[in-house]
Amino acid sequence: MINNITFGQYFPGNSVLHRLDPRTKIVGTLLFISSIFLAEKTTAYTVILAFIIFAVIVSGISLRTILRSFRPLWIILVFTLGIHMFSTPGLVLYAWGPLTLTQEGLRQGIFMSSRLLFLIVISSLLTFTTSPIVLTDGIERLLSPFRKIGFPAHELAMMMTIALRFIPTLLEETDRIMKAQMARGADFSSGSIIRRAQNMIPLLIPLFISAFRRADELATAMEARCYRGGENRTRMKELMITWLDGVAVMILLLMLGVLGYLRWWQ
Amino acid sequence: MSIRLENVTYTYMQGTPYERVALQGINLEIKPGEFVGIIGHTGSGKSTLVQHFNGLLKPSSGNVRIDDIDLHQNKNEAKQAKKKVGMVFQYPEHQLFEETVFADIAFGPRNIGLSEEEIEIRVRKAMQFVGLEYDAVANRSPFQLSGGQMRRIAIAGVIATEPEYLILDEPSAGLDPQGRREIFSQIKELHIATGNSVILVTHNMEDILQLATRLIVMDNGQVVLDNSPENLFWNHQNQLQAAGVDVPHIISLLQKLRSAGLKIGECQLNAESVAEAVCEALGREKNDQ
Repeated sequence: MINNITFGQYFPGNSVLHRLDPRTKIVGTLLFISSIFLAEKTTAYTVILAFIIFAVIVSGISLRTILRSFRPLWIILVFTLGIHMFSTPGLVLYAWGPLTLTQEGLRQGIFMSSRLLFLIVISSLLTFTTSPIVLTDGIERLLSPFRKIGFPAHELAMMMTIALRFIPTLLEETDRIMKAQMARGADFSSGSIIRRAQNMIPLLIPLFISAFRRADELATAMEARCYRGGENRTRMKELMITWLDGVAVMILLLMLGVLGYLRWWQ
Repeated sequence: MSIRLENVTYTYMQGTPYERVALQGINLEIKPGEFVGIIGHTGSGKSTLVQHFNGLLKPSSGNVRIDDIDLHQNKNEAKQAKKKVGMVFQYPEHQLFEETVFADIAFGPRNIGLSEEEIEIRVRKAMQFVGLEYDAVANRSPFQLSGGQMRRIAIAGVIATEPEYLILDEPSAGLDPQGRREIFSQIKELHIATGNSVILVTHNMEDILQLATRLIVMDNGQVVLDNSPENLFWNHQNQLQAAGVDVPHIISLLQKLRSAGLKIGECQLNAESVAEAVCEALGREKNDQ
């Protein structure tokens, strides 16, 4: 029932993107996201689009999976497009009563929603190609310099790992409880909003109970294995920067250079 | 009048790298009043199969009908038809949510739209079936009770909807031997008292042997055997073993005695009949000498 959520899911593979160091991918994604806001002209958007297409091809993730990741967010996309199309002053193309579609609006709308699209695709690519464990490992390493000022990098990463690890488990649990209550005649999909919220109670209470129970069991299991904090812990898999990361950074910097040139010198 | 599956195939996470075929071309019919056991090793598709019986899963291809109503075509009729099928999931105590035992068991009947008096009658009846004392526990919180009692409450919650077909998915998982025996004898009593169908999913042969009139053996998403328990154990032992189903103690005893040269005739598979058959065979042997 809920197994069609692709946003934020990891797909195992061995593509170039899969093999990049998570730190490269995280920093790269952040750089890319900020670079999107440098784009103003059609040429700049084309450059970004080309980069995204390149990244998707290199990731080996099927186009269908990528398209599916838009599904939870398409309302926001259409909303953005609509707002810009009808609220930007300029040369009027069409008018329906108070709504006027302007040329500038259309342009602005398309640009804005494609910015959003780029954001979704690139962040989906990050999670599609990086397993949650590796991802949080990368975050921990990136944040570790801040440990000197008392920032709990390891604890934070551990919490994130656990949270990510339990998303599928809790989804499965939700699915099961939902089915169990539906088999007893519960209805989750019709009625007014208030009615529907009330109908969620038979789902939410067992879900919370099981989440707390799992948390409790996990804490006990960790203590039984003498787990404590990050000091002096060694890792099974050390993160390694390779020549691939170098190439990836070069390509990213090249694209940033082109975008910067288009923005400030042209 | 039956649950009928025609050519049902089900694939999990279709179109992703996690794609996995769980059921392949299943054809079967479950008639009213039958006591069906569905067995198979872990991951053979048992649980996926039974979730098709009341439309919780939609087959990737093929169709499911309850009393000739297709569960995935006419929405309103299907909704009525689904009410005929009650489903007790694995670890059903995880679905409890109400403040009192009474309210939790009443959840199903209330959703059907019964009157308060009718609801109370049903709750009392259901609690009696699972061996819970109404006056002692009805007003307590289900979360204060023991695991076994919570399991009973959850099962009572489904029984209270009085389904014509009651599905139980591993109802004894995690219970102690006494708890197992009690649950199974209560299910049997319920079956006799109501005359409704019971479909019991399990990977434990011992449980099902005394209960079911028909066994469906699943392996690798397919129905490999579908026959009476006696017939299966006498005539299809190799296929049972190939499907990864453990042979019950009673059968392996009979097998050992037979291979030791004792000529035991076919008999019902409960302790008394087998003891009788063994005595008879021993007696015959004595006479021959």
